[in-house]
Amino acid sequence: MRDESTPRVKTGLAEMLRGGVIMDVIDAEQAKIAEAAGATAVMALERVPSDIRRDGGVARMSDPQMIKEIQEAVSIPVMAKARIGHFVEAQVLEALEVDYIDESEVLTPADEANHIDKWAFEVPFVCGATNLGEALRRIAEGACMIRSKGEAGTGDVVEAVRHIRAIRGDIKRLSGMDGGELATAAKNHQAPLELVRWVAANGKLPVPLFSAGGIATPADAALMMQLGAESVFVGSGIFKSEDPQRRAERVVMATTHFQDPAKVMEASTGLGRAMDSLEARKLGEDQVFAGRGW
Amino acid sequence: MVAPTIGILALQGGVQEHAAHLRAHGAEVREVRTPEGLEGLDALVLPGGESTTMTLGIAREGLGDPLRAFAASGRPLLATCAGLILLDRDHLGVLPIRCERNAFGRQIRSFEGDVDVAGLDGGPHHGVFIRAPKVVEHDDDVEVLARVDDAVVGVRRGPVEGYAFHPELTDDGRIHAAFVARVPAAG
Repeated sequence: MRDESTPRVKTGLAEMLRGGVIMDVIDAEQAKIAEAAGATAVMALERVPSDIRRDGGVARMSDPQMIKEIQEAVSIPVMAKARIGHFVEAQVLEALEVDYIDESEVLTPADEANHIDKWAFEVPFVCGATNLGEALRRIAEGACMIRSKGEAGTGDVVEAVRHIRAIRGDIKRLSGMDGGELATAAKNHQAPLELVRWVAANGKLPVPLFSAGGIATPADAALMMQLGAESVFVGSGIFKSEDPQRRAERVVMATTHFQDPAKVMEASTGLGRAMDSLEARKLGEDQVFAGRGW
Repeated sequence: MVAPTIGILALQGGVQEHAAHLRAHGAEVREVRTPEGLEGLDALVLPGGESTTMTLGIAREGLGDPLRAFAASGRPLLATCAGLILLDRDHLGVLPIRCERNAFGRQIRSFEGDVDVAGLDGGPHHGVFIRAPKVVEHDDDVEVLARVDDAVVGVRRGPVEGYAFHPELTDDGRIHAAFVARVPAAG
């Protein structure tokens, strides 16, 4: 007897993506380059975050035709983004049989009060979080993977660092608490007590914790891994750089060898120009993606 | 008795779950990312993950020949999911088998279900299949250990065994216990 789409197999795919790099791609050609460079998965989207920033306007789910072409071009998992709260976009992505859905703040939110009920889907979801409470709220809604939000499309890793440190720091603090303190922590984090207790007992999230947002170099990827991320998403950082294929290969190498400075040095050498960057701190309030979702 | 040291290929993938099972059965665990990492190991695990990523990593690190030499040395080798694919003729060529990738479909078709595994006492193993492969060809000297419907999902030849599913993602430690027990006593 077979049980499909159980929490075990949904989270299991995220566990198999550990120690790897998930790359944003906008067409089949980029997807092939990403696969040949060693990406563990690709994220199919119409515009990378830096272009979404530049162009403005409403950013939506990609055209299914484009996602299909990418699915046909590569054999690694293909993920795609739906707008926060836009469960019909998620239904479309499920009908396409994408391997993971990213309910993403990079797109323009469709609902200002509710995220998608992710339990209602057979395809697993990844969601962004800036702190532990947000991560646990997404998990309570059915997310099977959490990533830092970072500040996508900037090439500035500072926000991803802040989010990973916040999530990991909050987890460490829970570990020292007694039952009464955990109840208060659950209230303060606005997260279900049951999940707060699980995190306190196990010292980690119940699903893998990946990192995303502003990662542009091999050293950025290794930094996130040393800070406790289990894998990295790289968006604009690869295909907006001077030599995407080489940069992609080197980010993969640095992610594997994140604890080996000699290998990260080798990966960082002779890469050409990184993407054009924006300093995340200097963004106007309306330009900050990480504030989307709650 | 000195605990055996078992390596896990750690280019990418589900390393920590294997490590937890191996430690629970008394092994020392070492993550392997380079040819030097294979030195002095008593046994090796090829974990699940993305076989394309791992294949490229093996080429980048110059791990192909060292891994084949390790397998040829007769030391025990356990492979799961992507690790099983790495063993086949189109990859490392450690076993005379050929695998079909994603043989059950995309992630939405990933499943769990009971599987009878030859040699495992105490009833079926609850198999977790994630974008799993199957073995579509094998020579006669390869023993089939497990099937789902008609699909071959577990094989062994001598000290090398491979499964299309993920025993490391379950609480059932029998496959890891048997694997550790096959490692010749060190010291």
